[in-house]
Amino acid sequence: MGERILDVKNLEIDFHTYAGEVKAIRNVSFHLDKGETLAIVGESGSGKSVTTKSLMGLLANNARVKGGEILFHGKDLLKNTEKEMQSVRGKDIAMIFQDPMTSLDPTMRIGMQIAEPLIKHKHVEKKKALAQALEILKLVGIKDAEKRINDYPHQFSGGQRQRIVIAIALVCYPEILIADEPTTALDVTIQAQILDLMKELQTKIETSIIFITHDLGVVAGMADRVAVMYAGQIVEYGTVDEIFYNPQHPYTWGLLNSMPTLESTKLEAIPGTPPDLLDPPKGDAFAARNPYAMKIDAEKQPPFFKVSDTHYAATWLLHPDAPKITPPAEIIRRRKIFAEMEAKKVD
Amino acid sequence: MRKYLLKRVFYMLLTLFLVATITFFLMKLMPGTPYSNQEKMTAAQIQIMNEQYGLDKPVWQQYLIYIADMLHGNLGTSFQYSNQPVTYLISSRIGPSAQLGLQAMIFGLFFGIIIGSIAAINHNTWVDTTATIVSIIGKSVPNFVLAVLLQYYVALKLGWFPIADWGGFSYTILPMIALGVGPLAETARFIRTGMVDVLNSDYIELARAKGLSKFGIVFHHALRNSLIPLVTLIGPYTVALMTGSMVIENIFSIPGIGEQFVKSILTNDYPTIMGVTMLYSVGLVIIILITDIVYGIIDPRIRLTGNGD
Amino acid sequence: MEEKIKLNPDSFQPLPKEEELDNEKIAAPSLTFTQDAWRRLKKNKGAVISLFIILIMVVIAFGSTPFIDKSTLVKSAPQYANLPARIPGLDFINGLNGKLKVGGQWVDQYAQNGASGKYFYLGTDYLGRSLAQRIVYGTKISLIVALVATFFDLTIGVTYGIVSGWKGGRVDNVMQRIIEIISSVPNLVIVVLMLLVMKPGMTSIIAAIAISSWTTMARMIRAETLQLKTQEYVLAARTLGESPIKIAWKHLVPNLSSIIIIQTMYTIPTAIFFEAFLSFIGIGISAPETSLGVLLNDGQKNFQFLPYQMWYPAIVLCVLMISFNLLGDGLRDAFDPKTRK
Repeated sequence: MGERILDVKNLEIDFHTYAGEVKAIRNVSFHLDKGETLAIVGESGSGKSVTTKSLMGLLANNARVKGGEILFHGKDLLKNTEKEMQSVRGKDIAMIFQDPMTSLDPTMRIGMQIAEPLIKHKHVEKKKALAQALEILKLVGIKDAEKRINDYPHQFSGGQRQRIVIAIALVCYPEILIADEPTTALDVTIQAQILDLMKELQTKIETSIIFITHDLGVVAGMADRVAVMYAGQIVEYGTVDEIFYNPQHPYTWGLLNSMPTLESTKLEAIPGTPPDLLDPPKGDAFAARNPYAMKIDAEKQPPFFKVSDTHYAATWLLHPDAPKITPPAEIIRRRKIFAEMEAKKVD
Repeated sequence: MRKYLLKRVFYMLLTLFLVATITFFLMKLMPGTPYSNQEKMTAAQIQIMNEQYGLDKPVWQQYLIYIADMLHGNLGTSFQYSNQPVTYLISSRIGPSAQLGLQAMIFGLFFGIIIGSIAAINHNTWVDTTATIVSIIGKSVPNFVLAVLLQYYVALKLGWFPIADWGGFSYTILPMIALGVGPLAETARFIRTGMVDVLNSDYIELARAKGLSKFGIVFHHALRNSLIPLVTLIGPYTVALMTGSMVIENIFSIPGIGEQFVKSILTNDYPTIMGVTMLYSVGLVIIILITDIVYGIIDPRIRLTGNGD
Repeated sequence: MEEKIKLNPDSFQPLPKEEELDNEKIAAPSLTFTQDAWRRLKKNKGAVISLFIILIMVVIAFGSTPFIDKSTLVKSAPQYANLPARIPGLDFINGLNGKLKVGGQWVDQYAQNGASGKYFYLGTDYLGRSLAQRIVYGTKISLIVALVATFFDLTIGVTYGIVSGWKGGRVDNVMQRIIEIISSVPNLVIVVLMLLVMKPGMTSIIAAIAISSWTTMARMIRAETLQLKTQEYVLAARTLGESPIKIAWKHLVPNLSSIIIIQTMYTIPTAIFFEAFLSFIGIGISAPETSLGVLLNDGQKNFQFLPYQMWYPAIVLCVLMISFNLLGDGLRDAFDPKTRK
C-alpha cells in the first residue's frame, strides 16, 4: 500500500449527558494508508460511528474530545477551527450515510445536490459544476443521466439514491471516503451492486476507504485491513486474512462464530450486552461476556500483543504465561485454513 | 391535475351554495324586524314596505329570488342605509380591509419566519427561549387588547402614529401590528418546530458532511423544507384576520368590511349581514383553494410522481 | 506495543462467572405512559407554574360563588364611582394607594369622594362597583363559558372524528365534506349568526362557540383514528368480535387521550378569547351579567383617564391565556414520544 495519510492516536471522546459522562471512545488508535480499505467492525454502541464522525468534526454538541490526535497528512484535525473543517469536509474527507431514503434533500434537484460541493470547494461556476455532476452521475451508474439529473430524490429507488449519495461524496475526488454502513438499509442484491460500485470507483478516484459495518460478510469482500471495536476500544486489528483466519481475541471469535457459513451447523450468539460506558469496567470490557475470561481480565485492561507485523490483539490470552485454551470449533477450522494459506506463501 | 382542480372548484361552488342557503334561512329565523320605527308605522305602511323589499312573498319564493339575484351580483339593499345596494357598501369598503389584511399577513409571515428561524438555529439557547416567550405572549394577548394599548401608548402618548382613521401608509402601521401579531407568533412557533426537525434530519447532516457553511445549509436546504408546510397555515390565518378585522377596524375607526359587519349585526341589517357572510366565505374558499394548489406546486414530492428504477 | 509484563500466575485462573446474564434486561425502570408523561411535564417549569396559576384562578373564581353573586354586582354606588385601587399596607405605591394621577399630580381620590375609610382592592368602575369583585365574578363566567363550550366541542368533535375515521369510505367522505363546508365560513361569523338567531345569553354563547369550533378537533381525531385503525390490536379486537363502540371506548379513546388533552388545552383559550371578543363588540354577555370581555369593553371606554379599569381585567385575561397555552405546550412536549431522551 501507499503512504500513510491518516493517523489516529489515542483518541478519547466523552459524551456529556444528564446521567453523567459516557466514555464513548477510550484510547482508540488506527491508521489509514493511501489506496487501502480499512473496515471497522463492531456491535451497535461500540463507537464505530463516533470515531468516524470525529474525523469529520461532526460530533454532537455534547461531545468532548478528551485527548488524542487525528493526524491527516501530519496536521491535527482536532485543532482545526470550524471553518477549516468545512474546507476539509466534502473535499479531502467525504462521508456516506446509512439510510439513502433520508440522506438527500427532498426539495432540491439531485444535480444541484451533487454540484454543491464542487461549487463550494473548487469554486466552479454553476453550469460547469452541473456538467461535472452529470459526468459523475453516469459514473455511478444512473441510466438516462441527462434527463434524471433534474429529478428529485423521491423519483429514485433506494439503490439509486445511494449511488447519488456516493456521487456527492466522490465528486471532489476526496482522499478519504468514510462509508458508515452504506448497505445496511438496502436489499441484499442491491448491496452487492453498491459494493461493486464502490470498489470500482475506489480505483478510478484513487481514494482510501474507511468502511464501517457490523456485517462480516461485507468486510470479507471489501476490506484490506480490519479493526474490531468493542465498548469504545479497538480490541484486535490486522489484515483481512489474519482477522478472518487467525483471530486471537475472544470477541472476534464470537463475531465469526455468529456469522453463518456454508460449513456451519449451529449459529452461536454472544450472550449478554455491551457494558454501560457511563462507568466502564476497569479491566477488559469484554470480560463479562467472555467464556475464556481470567481473573486478570477483571483487574487490568490488556495491552496489545503482537501476533505479526500487521496483526495485534488486546487480550490477556496472548500473554506468554497465559494458559493454552481451546478456541471454539469454528475458529479451529479457520486456523487450519490460515495455516494452509501461510504454507502456500512460503513456497 | 386538471381533474383535481375541477373537482375542487365544484366542491367550492357547492359549499358556497350551501352557505348561501343556510345563511338565508338563518336570517329568516331572526327575531326583530328590519324597520327601525316599526311601532310608528301603520299596517298599510308596513305592507308597502314589505312589498318593496319582497318580504310579503312565501319564503321559498324569496329564497329563489335571493339566489337568482346573487348570481347576478345583486345582494339586495341594505336595511340600515336604505337605497344603498349591499354590493356598493361592500365594494366601497373592501379596499381598506383587503389592504390591512394583506399587510398584516405579510407582516406576520415575514417576521414570524425570521424569528422562528433564528430560534431554531439557536435551539435551546437564550435566544430560543426569548423568542418562545415572545411568541407565547403574542399568541395569548387578544388582538383587541393589544390594539387599545397600541392606540393609547404609541399613538396618543408617543404620537408616533395616527390614532385612528384611514389615510396614508402611517395609518396602517398600528392596526397592522395589532392584527398581525397573532399570525406572527404562530408562524414563529411553527417555523421553529419545523426547522428544528429539519436541522436534525439526515440530509442536513449530509449537507454538513459536504462542507457547506451553516448559513449555506440554512439558506439552501433548511429554509425551503421548513417553509413548504407553512402554506397550509394561510387558510386559518385568513380566518383569524377576517375575525380580527371586525374589532381592529372598530377600534381604529377604519372604514372597512369588518367594521361594517359589526354595525350591521347591531342594527339587524340582514341583507348586509348575508352579503358580508357570503363575501367572507367566497374569499376564504378561494384562498384555501389557491393555497392547496400552491402547496402542490412547491412541494416536488406532490408535483411529480416517481419514475421508479 | 509489546511489554514484558510480569503477572501473578494466579491471574490466569478462570474468572468466576456471575449468574446467567440476562440478555433481555432493560436497565431503566419501566413506567406507565402517564407516569412517564407526568415526570416529563414536571420538568417543564413553565408548564407547572401555569398549572398552578390556572388551579388558583379556578379556585378563586368558583370559590367566590357563595360570596359574590349577581345581586352584589348589580348594586351600584355612584358615590364611589371611578376610584383607583387601594390596598391596605401598600400606601407607598402610587396607583395602589387610592391615588390617581390627575393633571400631572397624584391626588387621593378616596379622600376627595369622602371614602377615606373604604378599601377597594382593585378600585371601582363607573358605577362605583368593586372591580375586584367584578373581575373575580367575570373570570368565573368566562371560565364557565369556555369550559362548558370546550366540553361540548370536545364531545362532538371526538365522536364525529372517531365515527368518520372508523367508518371510512363514503361515510367518511361525506362527513369530511360537511366539515369543509362549515370551515368555509369563518367561525366567528357562524357564532355571530347563531347569536342573532338565538336569544342572547350565556347558553347561546356556549352553544355558538361549541358548534363553530368542533371541526378542528374532529379533523385531528379523524386523522389519528385512521392511523390507529390499522394497528394490530384493533384488528385483534375486531377478530374477537368486539362491537365498534366498545373498541372505540376501550382502545381508541385511551390512545387518543393525549391528543384530546393537548387539543383541549388549546381550545379553552380560544373559547375564552371568543367570549371576550364577542362581549367586547357588544354581542356577547350583557348586563347585568359580566365577563372578562364585558369588563374590557367597559374599561376601554375610560381608558384615557382611568387606564386601570382596563388593565386589571386585561392582565387577568392574558395571564389565563398564557397559562393555558404554556400548559398546552408543556403537555404536547410531555406526551410526544419523539422528544424522549
